[in-house]
Amino acid sequence: MFKADHYMPGGTAWCPGCGNFQIREALAEALAELELPPERILICSGIGQAAKIPHYIRANGFNGLHGRALPPALGACIANKELKVIVESGDGDSYGEGGNHFIHNIRRNPDLAHFVHNNQIYGLTKGQASPTSDQGMKTGVQVNGVVLPALNPLAVALVLGAGFVARCFSGEKDHLKETMKEAINFPGYALVDILQPCVSFNKVNTFGWYKKRTYFPDIEDLEDWSAALEISRQWGDKIPLGIFYKKPKPTFESSLKVLEGEPLAFKPFNPVEIASVQNEYL
Amino acid sequence: MDVNILVGGAAGQGMDTVMNLLGKALVREGYSIIYTKDYMSRVRGGHNFSRLRISSETPWTNVETVDIIVALNEETFILHNSDLSPSGRIIFDPELFDLPEDEDRGVPVKLRSLAEEAGGAIMANTVAVGALLVLIGLETATVEKLLTETFTGKEDVAEQNIKALKAGFKSAERYCSTCFTLPPKKEERKKLFIDGNQVLGMAALASGCRFLSAYPMTPSTGIMNYLAEKSVQYPVVVEQAEDEIAAVNMAMGASYAGVRALTCTSGGGFSLMVEGLSLAGMTETPLVVIVAMRPGPATGLPTRTEQGDLEFVIHAGHGEFPRAVLSATSHEDAFYRLNKAFELADRYQTPVIFLSDQHFADTHRAVDPFDFNRLSYNRSIAGEGEIEKPYKRYRLTENGISPRVIPGQLEGETVLVDSDEHDENGNIIEDAETRRLMADKRMRKMVLLAEDMDEPDLYGDPQPELLLLGWGSTYGVLREVVDTLSARGKKTAMLQFTDLWPLPQKRIKNLFPQVEKVLSVENNITGQLASLIYRETGLAVDGKIVKYDGRPFLPREIVKEVDKYVQG
Repeated sequence: MFKADHYMPGGTAWCPGCGNFQIREALAEALAELELPPERILICSGIGQAAKIPHYIRANGFNGLHGRALPPALGACIANKELKVIVESGDGDSYGEGGNHFIHNIRRNPDLAHFVHNNQIYGLTKGQASPTSDQGMKTGVQVNGVVLPALNPLAVALVLGAGFVARCFSGEKDHLKETMKEAINFPGYALVDILQPCVSFNKVNTFGWYKKRTYFPDIEDLEDWSAALEISRQWGDKIPLGIFYKKPKPTFESSLKVLEGEPLAFKPFNPVEIASVQNEYL
Repeated sequence: MDVNILVGGAAGQGMDTVMNLLGKALVREGYSIIYTKDYMSRVRGGHNFSRLRISSETPWTNVETVDIIVALNEETFILHNSDLSPSGRIIFDPELFDLPEDEDRGVPVKLRSLAEEAGGAIMANTVAVGALLVLIGLETATVEKLLTETFTGKEDVAEQNIKALKAGFKSAERYCSTCFTLPPKKEERKKLFIDGNQVLGMAALASGCRFLSAYPMTPSTGIMNYLAEKSVQYPVVVEQAEDEIAAVNMAMGASYAGVRALTCTSGGGFSLMVEGLSLAGMTETPLVVIVAMRPGPATGLPTRTEQGDLEFVIHAGHGEFPRAVLSATSHEDAFYRLNKAFELADRYQTPVIFLSDQHFADTHRAVDPFDFNRLSYNRSIAGEGEIEKPYKRYRLTENGISPRVIPGQLEGETVLVDSDEHDENGNIIEDAETRRLMADKRMRKMVLLAEDMDEPDLYGDPQPELLLLGWGSTYGVLREVVDTLSARGKKTAMLQFTDLWPLPQKRIKNLFPQVEKVLSVENNITGQLASLIYRETGLAVDGKIVKYDGRPFLPREIVKEVDKYVQG
């Protein structure tokens, strides 16, 4: 099969020191270790620095609109169930502009992995607050500091019934890679919120800031929802990393009998064969 | 002679039940009918009514005149009494209200009491159908059979309904048996009795549409209902999206991944889809959007009809990209026209908007069964031998159409699409030269697309003095107007646009100079088709006949307007 390098054609337009580099490498390594050929993978993204990932990973790519990475991914899951579908975008894209799709696709539980590059800031538009920015952070727009409490994506996902919820840190690349592999193989919606520094615009949540706070807690029972919710609410001096919850439930696709057999995209069709459908109106 | 029936009552009283039952029975017996609905945006109360016209050929429109009123409440009588012909009849429940003393056209039928005797007040509508049948000189057998079919598995319910039906028949018999003579009928059981939304749903299914994502919105929801019902038996997935933004983006994801995909909505929902439409243009993703129009702005009149979104859908979306806009003129045409929309979307890898409206969506007509042999299923997806390797999704070509493959189709080849301006491979770029090449490539598709547009349909005198212009669902009423004016000796014709964008221009350019008067007839405020024609060709109409009260045109009101422009 392919080595990780095969999945990383060309250069990137990210700032030197950006956490995105480790995330990209972890993803390429995960895909290589899972032995997934590029044509079997689909990466859907929205808009933002993280959302440029389809240009930097060799795979099928749908780089759509800001906030709208999940809906086309769902459509693709239905059209061709043989694709390994990954949604990859930033915190603004996934939790802000795309909040409604985040909520309802957790409820749907399609078989896809959602990797959110969470740098707690808007990078592409140069430094405004994101839904995950900590209260008090000053920006050019939030001049008196962020007033709104930060969105906790992992707690939201758990409360909505997500079957796979994890947090990673771009500075812990091996852990990230292993978590990505598990998320990709997980049958159903799998959220991996990936903390990463934004070297250009987030002067608070730096690499060192995350490094100092993150730790790997002992999680005894991955199916203990209450314990997962409890741990997902830890934030501040200590920030837990790891898979907090993992419990498969029926996927959206499994509810659709019509998806049995060949993928819809490759099923042949001839209009004449269904002409009898009009007889009910006779 | 034609027979025109109007059934009215409050929302929830079941006018649909009466009309569906009666309509289907008439069609099965070989009669040609049209049935339209006028309903309020509420689930209970208010005033709703339906019109049903029986003619020797399938009528193109309903008319103002009414021969039989079924007044399920007093308001129906008060509101529609003035349209009732002198020899007309009013079926009403004397236990509910009384007609004025000087009104001798009443047929009192104790709808509620008879229904209760048969097994329940809910069957008052069935009693009314029985009364209607005797008035028009039909037996109850066909309706009885329909009731048995409808309540398969619930034999007791069927039996009660049949009892109610016969009670209504018997009760009205003594007042008016065969007061109305129906026009001659055709062969039995040869026509479909179907509404516009069902035609479009069936056309989508028969075009190989595998995925519909939509958010419910009147008057488009019937399409969603149709395909959802069929998804049990046929390979189509229907997903109710969390909003219209999701709906259009889901459809695009499905289309990109290889299936024919559809979304449907009305103006408000389409407003939310507009960014997605632009994405379809940029990523060159085939997409069909059915926009069933209702009066705006904003929420407007949710259950009424209008043609107010023509200019909107032609211009919707930021940036410039190719698109096609087609419209539903008649049930007969729309079935094949929507198939064309799917074909165009695949061929040109771009969005196609199909305009319907409430009037078309909710109108039932008796039409010949559709010929499925006339439908096409050409996916315009390139085979392995037809592409250069490595595969580039946006390869520059002479006609602007880049060979399209789908993800997972070819070993070792990936498909990258991008909302940003991109190079041939689909990778994000910012240089001026590539931008220009890609913009030109996309817009070049308009040249061939324009050649695929059908010229507007000409009906009437081939060398008219008066020409009426229309588009979409006014087709039927305009045909009737042309017939009326022609019968009066005026050389009249109509041009009805089905394909609207890119605007087909040959026929108008040819005809305009030859006619004395050109009048546009549109269900909107400003006369959008007339404006579009002027902008594209410099040809101006002599007058715009418009209607924007949320109701479809009736023939007489158009004739009256025409008379203001054409004397003698």
